[in-house]
Amino acid sequence: MVMRIRFHPILGELADGQEVTIYFEGQPVKARSGECIAAALMANGLKTFRRTAKRGEERGYFCGIGQCTDCVMIVNGVPNVRTCVTAVQEGMRVERQRGLGRWGS
Amino acid sequence: MLSTEVAVIGAGPAGLNAAIEAAKLGAEVMLIDENLKLGGQLTKQIHKFFGSEHHGAGIRGIDIAVDLIGQAGQAGVKMQPNTAVWGLYDGKVLALNDEKVTYRLSAEKIILATGASENAVAFPGWTLPGVMGAGAAQTIVNVYRVLPGRKILIVGAGNVGLIVAYQLMQAGADVVAVLEVLPSIGGYGVHASKIARYGVPIRTSHTIMEAKGTDAVESAVIVQVDERGNPIPGSEESLEVDTICIAAGLTPLTELAWIAECEHMYVAELGGYVPFHSYDMETGVSGLYVCGDASGIEEATTAMEEGKIAGISAAEALGYIDGNGAARLKDECWERLETLRTGPFGLHTAEAKQILMMRKGRTVRQNLSNLGGL
Repeated sequence: MVMRIRFHPILGELADGQEVTIYFEGQPVKARSGECIAAALMANGLKTFRRTAKRGEERGYFCGIGQCTDCVMIVNGVPNVRTCVTAVQEGMRVERQRGLGRWGS
Repeated sequence: MLSTEVAVIGAGPAGLNAAIEAAKLGAEVMLIDENLKLGGQLTKQIHKFFGSEHHGAGIRGIDIAVDLIGQAGQAGVKMQPNTAVWGLYDGKVLALNDEKVTYRLSAEKIILATGASENAVAFPGWTLPGVMGAGAAQTIVNVYRVLPGRKILIVGAGNVGLIVAYQLMQAGADVVAVLEVLPSIGGYGVHASKIARYGVPIRTSHTIMEAKGTDAVESAVIVQVDERGNPIPGSEESLEVDTICIAAGLTPLTELAWIAECEHMYVAELGGYVPFHSYDMETGVSGLYVCGDASGIEEATTAMEEGKIAGISAAEALGYIDGNGAARLKDECWERLETLRTGPFGLHTAEAKQILMMRKGRTVRQNLSNLGGL
């Protein structure tokens, strides 16, 4: 489900920005240049960013300002990256992490 | 080690103004912010400000941010986005990290304009994806143009809750209800009427009991509360929502002030613990200033004035302007601050701030040594 706001009464029509492709667990996801990873995922209807260590519970976007670490994911092999304050890059690999995640994937 | 004369931490309305004033008076200023974009909360404010022309009445926050960043650039402020300040040593040396390297910055004067964080309210199911801060929803919608969901429940009818409700509707979402645990709303009537006009129910004496769903929020159980805030059995209702935005107040982000050993005081009206500071916005640690929400939760307009005062004071302490000149500039800021702090909402804050400023405060070390040793 695409959650991108194409027309906004104040912000206007979504300009044809630079599109960037990132990979979420191997699947290509369309993102907009300069946006944070969390926004790209949520725009494509993806809400679960990681699972907790003990009980494997879903966690996603919560504070949006880099404070709570609920949104952390493995980005290009590095775990615990705060996706709400990290910009997308072409070809970026993003994966859900379990607990504290693991390095190098 | 890198060095600068004035390091301003946080590039929101307070920090930007502090940096501009100090730089205009001739100081070397570095403005640091951990976000991708400078502007702080202004980057999400798509509504028009009201108040005086001086404070951008009729102008949208996002445009004020662009203007301030332009002014900072023109004044020669060195801007460092994407950089977190995680340490403060001996009141002079900052530890920075930009996701690539960690390095130190020595500064003669440091201005903390670190803003605030949203309060979290815990209830069963609050960890489900779809539950988020109201400010977080505002960011993802206004800055990134992504809807967090289609059927929204807002918990808290202060200004943040009411404004975010309206902005989510502008973005095309359906706000199912706004809950307020108290018997009356905390926000301004003008914001409440905007959503009431569209038929959004503002349910006072109501709160959230549970968020339900398998992988994400699918519904919310709300309940009526009595005068003590206790749920009234039998009044539970289920609302079909996919997003729950919590707007339960803000708390000043004062970690760096604590690290620097500033003395703090708990002031409920200002959102929690705030560092003591003088009328010059200087804390009990010499050369360390604080302004904006970090010095007490208020508004963008007051943040701008406090930022100016801090910037002018820092430049004055560095000798870039004499006492009389500085006093004149600061008095103008104080006049505007006093005007902003009138009215039923402002008076509480004015009083709370008075308590803080009567005593500049000391450092923890000073207090402990008075008590007979560390």
